Amino acid sequence: MFLIALGFLAPALVLLAGLVLYPILYTVVRSFFSADGGAFVGWDNYVTMFTNDSTFTAIRNNVIWVLVAPVACTVLGLLFAVLLEKIKWSTAFKLIIFMPMAISMLAAGVIFRGMFQESPNLGVVNAAVVAVNGAFGGGDAAYPGANPRTDVGLINDNGVIASEAAAAAGTEVNFPLVGVRADAVPASAAQAEIAGTASAGQITGTVWLDVVTGGGGTNGQIDDGKTGLPGIQVDAVEASGTIAATTETDAAGRYVLDGLGTESYRIALPASNFDEGYQGVSWLSSGLITAVIILSYIWIWAGFAMVMIASGLSAIDRSLQEAARMDGANEWKVFSRITAPLLSPVLIVVFVTLIINVLKIFDLVYVIPPGASKPAANVIAVEMWTVSFGGGSNQGLGSALAILLLILVLPSMIINVRKFRQERQS
Amino acid sequence: MSGAATHVRGKKTLARAILGFVDKGVVNAVLVIVAIFWLVPTLGLFLSSLRTVGDSASSGWWTIFTTPAQLTIENYANLLANPTITGSFWNTILIAVPTTVFVVIFGALAGYAFAWLKFPGRDWLLIVVIVLLAVPLQVALIPLARMFGTLGIFGSIFGVILFHVAFGLPFAIFLLRNFFTQIPAELLEAARIDGASDWRIFVQVILPLGGPAIASLAIFQFLWTWNDMLVALIFTNSGSQPLTVAIQSQLRQFGSNIDVLSAGAFLSMIVPLIVFFAFQRFFVQALLAGSQK
Repeated sequence: MFLIALGFLAPALVLLAGLVLYPILYTVVRSFFSADGGAFVGWDNYVTMFTNDSTFTAIRNNVIWVLVAPVACTVLGLLFAVLLEKIKWSTAFKLIIFMPMAISMLAAGVIFRGMFQESPNLGVVNAAVVAVNGAFGGGDAAYPGANPRTDVGLINDNGVIASEAAAAAGTEVNFPLVGVRADAVPASAAQAEIAGTASAGQITGTVWLDVVTGGGGTNGQIDDGKTGLPGIQVDAVEASGTIAATTETDAAGRYVLDGLGTESYRIALPASNFDEGYQGVSWLSSGLITAVIILSYIWIWAGFAMVMIASGLSAIDRSLQEAARMDGANEWKVFSRITAPLLSPVLIVVFVTLIINVLKIFDLVYVIPPGASKPAANVIAVEMWTVSFGGGSNQGLGSALAILLLILVLPSMIINVRKFRQERQS
Repeated sequence: MSGAATHVRGKKTLARAILGFVDKGVVNAVLVIVAIFWLVPTLGLFLSSLRTVGDSASSGWWTIFTTPAQLTIENYANLLANPTITGSFWNTILIAVPTTVFVVIFGALAGYAFAWLKFPGRDWLLIVVIVLLAVPLQVALIPLARMFGTLGIFGSIFGVILFHVAFGLPFAIFLLRNFFTQIPAELLEAARIDGASDWRIFVQVILPLGGPAIASLAIFQFLWTWNDMLVALIFTNSGSQPLTVAIQSQLRQFGSNIDVLSAGAFLSMIVPLIVFFAFQRFFVQALLAGSQK
């Protein structure tokens, strides 16, 4: 009997002993030796781990991951699983949310790296952020790249376009501009028109795009076919630098500055008219990179939590909930007092699985951050790869990091064994 | 549940019915939005893969809704004409299929022993298997790289398969053992009385009855191995690398390689997606059976 059992077990036992158990022992021993394995260094590698900046960042980030990702996935999964029961297309919804589980983390990484690109022209997230910002009035007309026509008494002073000479009230100051991108001119812009004569205490003028599409026209003159630039802020600046009056141009590019005194003013179009406007958020920068990677992880693993919890929900006896509802308990009470406690075994399995998985997170952190924010996104598994294979060739420190991962999953292992023993006894 | 629900329906007041309707509308709306959020990433990658490098460098994939003319299969044509990519696609199959086969065979053999054979130390051995479920594969990278180097299989497909099989086994044994123990004992007893050996019981009773569990394990293991990047990154070379490694090597210049990256990433997803949609029931079962990977 023993020999028969051995026959069935032999292939698995040989592989597990030779390729899993032996390597664990080897790595434990190796973690007490130097980079090349030549010298015994005691706890040095473990001390380095917590004192070296890059490994310490990795450990700190792993802590953030473990605190955030499993909770977020489980909560979302629970929410989806509960809401699922109220819709008719729950099978389709499940498939959609669960689908990312099937694809590689590399593919998911490529997807999220693309989505969170900084340029709002390329990354869909920033495109949406800029669009939303614009819808709430954040995106006033902006004309990046604009410059004054030369030889008409205007200067571009660090982005501020202004009149060279000061002007007194009752005069007219015009701004023929060039270098404005066609797509920056809003649809509301109309044919440029000469501003009316300035009354006392007023300075008037027009800001226009000094180009006729298809050629023609005289430079510096308002000709047919030249467009006014609406929404440009115009300031009257006193010699002291104080802004005495400010206004915006209309659809034909005209402005009227009112309430001016007797002194002379410099008329200036501030730089805010000509900057790139709101460009969204630098998602892949050091500060936000870990949040973005965790988001991609949630995209993949919330489906796992949802499927597990939904199947746990379907196994629960519904008569208790119905009874509570009949007694007048509201939905939240039913959920928190009855459903959630009955679900807790499933929730624990999901949570433990996610923690084990999150501790070892590698691919996403390897793929998503661009070079500059890689150090800020570092986690233990990536650091382990970097120091032992990715150019570091310090297999002593690499072994210590691997053992750290093993130690971190120990509690989950104990939970697994306990659960198994309880199931046996019952 | 439906019985209880009809019972309650009779007592519903008009106000409650209206509330329930609003509630349903809100839930539907929220879940539609969630579903769109979940779909957009994959959709975006797919549409990106159908655009030229030039287009991808100057505008986002969503512009195809206003100018659909830019769609092209050029990237895929280039990819399939690239021997590195086609070779790595083939390598991926050569790694994932044998790994799955070996994990299933060895796992089923051991699962049967744990479920139905009595031998000294069985419970302890099973607890070792459960402990190994959660072992991070990082602990084996350095020693196995060395060992495979000594054996001359470092960089070969065979080495990667060995690694995956060893680390796939704890889950396989655990899953199949749990399933096999649920097979009614009378069936095995009947076969035994007829004089069947353990081997015959295994082949003629256990394997046919364990079909769904074995399918679940096979799907799970296949997807796991197909999608792996870390093991392959270390244990393969340019001749034996799978798709994931071939694609990640293009990451350095994300912007200028977006054609290879998006089409390549989507190419690597096609097989898993087909497997997933065709067999998702089995995949879910594997997870429900207690995934700890």
